[in-house]
Amino acid sequence: MSQDGVNHGRRTLLVGATAAVGAVGAGFVAVPFVKSWTPSEKAKAAGAPAKVDISKLEPGAMLTAEWRGKPVYVARRSEEALQTLPTLNERLKDPDNTNKAQQPAYADNISRSRRPEVVVLLGVCTHLGCAPKYFAEVKPEPFDADWKGGWFCPCHGSKFDLAGRVFNGSPASDNLEVPPHSYESDTVVIVGVDEENA
Amino acid sequence: MSKLNALMGWVDDRLPVTQTYEKHMSKYYAPKNFNFWYFFGVLSMLMLVNQILSGIWLTMNYVPSAEGAFASVEYIMRDVQWGWLIRYMHSTGATFFFIAIYLHMMRALLYGSYQKPRELIWIFGMFLYLALMAEAFMGYVLPWGQMSYWGAQVIISLFGVIPFGIGEALTEWIRGDFLISGATLNRFFALHVIAVPLVIVMLVVLHLLALHEVGSNNPDGIDIKKLKDEEGKPLDGIPFHPYYTVHDMVGIVVFLMVFCTVMFFFPEGNGFMLEYANFEPANGLKTPEHIAPVWYFGAFYSILRAFPDKAAGVIAMGAAIAILFVLPWLDRSPVRSWRYKGWISKIFIVVFAIAFVILTWLGTQPATGPNTLMARIGTVIYFAFFLLMPVYTRIEKTKPVPERVTGGH
Repeated sequence: MSQDGVNHGRRTLLVGATAAVGAVGAGFVAVPFVKSWTPSEKAKAAGAPAKVDISKLEPGAMLTAEWRGKPVYVARRSEEALQTLPTLNERLKDPDNTNKAQQPAYADNISRSRRPEVVVLLGVCTHLGCAPKYFAEVKPEPFDADWKGGWFCPCHGSKFDLAGRVFNGSPASDNLEVPPHSYESDTVVIVGVDEENA
Repeated sequence: MSKLNALMGWVDDRLPVTQTYEKHMSKYYAPKNFNFWYFFGVLSMLMLVNQILSGIWLTMNYVPSAEGAFASVEYIMRDVQWGWLIRYMHSTGATFFFIAIYLHMMRALLYGSYQKPRELIWIFGMFLYLALMAEAFMGYVLPWGQMSYWGAQVIISLFGVIPFGIGEALTEWIRGDFLISGATLNRFFALHVIAVPLVIVMLVVLHLLALHEVGSNNPDGIDIKKLKDEEGKPLDGIPFHPYYTVHDMVGIVVFLMVFCTVMFFFPEGNGFMLEYANFEPANGLKTPEHIAPVWYFGAFYSILRAFPDKAAGVIAMGAAIAILFVLPWLDRSPVRSWRYKGWISKIFIVVFAIAFVILTWLGTQPATGPNTLMARIGTVIYFAFFLLMPVYTRIEKTKPVPERVTGGH
């Protein structure tokens, strides 16, 4: 094939334009493949609120509910435990809830709850998502000689106080998340719904 | 015979079979002084074949769903004829694949096999290692036991450290749900049995083509192509076939003896290969007391845990793997093999290997006080080995490299 009289500029332009159109086409084709990995409609619909009966929950006890497949911890704190909370501030990474994403506005207080004694937390460690274990008693633990009660993550050793606030020295950086919740009655918590009677 | 030759000629005119065979086997001249360390390339390939073969058979009975996965693995173990053996071939094969790969990589470190002109071989190898880690991780999720579930939870959460909400969206996209669920399991199955194996096989081809283009390194790190006889064959080279094919068979037999001993007598590897927590079905509400990766991820997991900060830990773990890719440009030594490098390199490579083994061990243990301290020291050694390499390989005094390879037969 003769190379005489080839307009190289035009050839480059045509090759470039063809490649560009092809790339755009490939980009469009990629959309369904990428989108197909996002949560399905079925998964989205599974996020219904969960009702938790706390009538039998003693001070110091905790129960685990399931909401959107994740564990939700509901714990009732004793009067002493509530009084201990402010004394821990110096040992915590974020004692004053500066990260607003970790709790709804109505739980943005020292006890991180709607009612002082009952705390509702997502049982998902803010480090890498394990379920922290509940150690309610005030006594020296292998992981902390000066333990005042709270949650300890078995995976990587993150520690949280009884309001789900993370201790200094933990690999986790954020406090445990308080999910949206409300009270249907004095003894029933609805996890996943923000407003009363909603 | 002439009819066979005629047939071969007919094929060769249409497909370069003889030419390819000669280029890669009968006329591929490998240095004659290969030692023990040079078995692990072919042994890695053996394990790849083992994984593909046993893997295909496992898919015939495995059910990739959150409801059926755990039970189907038990079905394979108890009811499928010889199913236990095929599963143990696969699970033990994963461990021996990594043993072979780690020793293969160590060989490259010792003899400078990553140095010019073999940088691309090393990089393809590193991509292979990366693909292998992804393959092993996703494979471990498939039995859908407690460790499968929580391992997936931890590893996928690693992507969550990316700021500006990207990380959160990314983890949700990988999971295909708001939590680890059947959707995650199904896609991991697809990736584990189709996508990643295809990538691995293609990378093996590239790895070997790049190797055969520049030729194999050797324990002396000498370029055998410099000295050739009158026919143009390297003086220190011998044809890969039959010399190394037969030689490798000895290594394969010994390796399989060890492999079979473990597979038949210690298939759980005392909890390091099949972890005890994984004999419980996945439960998204309860994390096992002690969660640890399978042994071959231990070193990187230790580095992750050595930092008291989530982002720093994840970045360090990523960097520990990423830094391996640039190794060919970190080594400024004029010689390849550690035999002729200075004493700093020699000490450093031994200390590095010990630190890697200790980090691997620590990754499987709980992160208590002294363990965390050791993991931090190990992490410092790991990074120092690479980051200081441009300095110590340049300033140290190297020994003269001989003209011809030493040893060999």
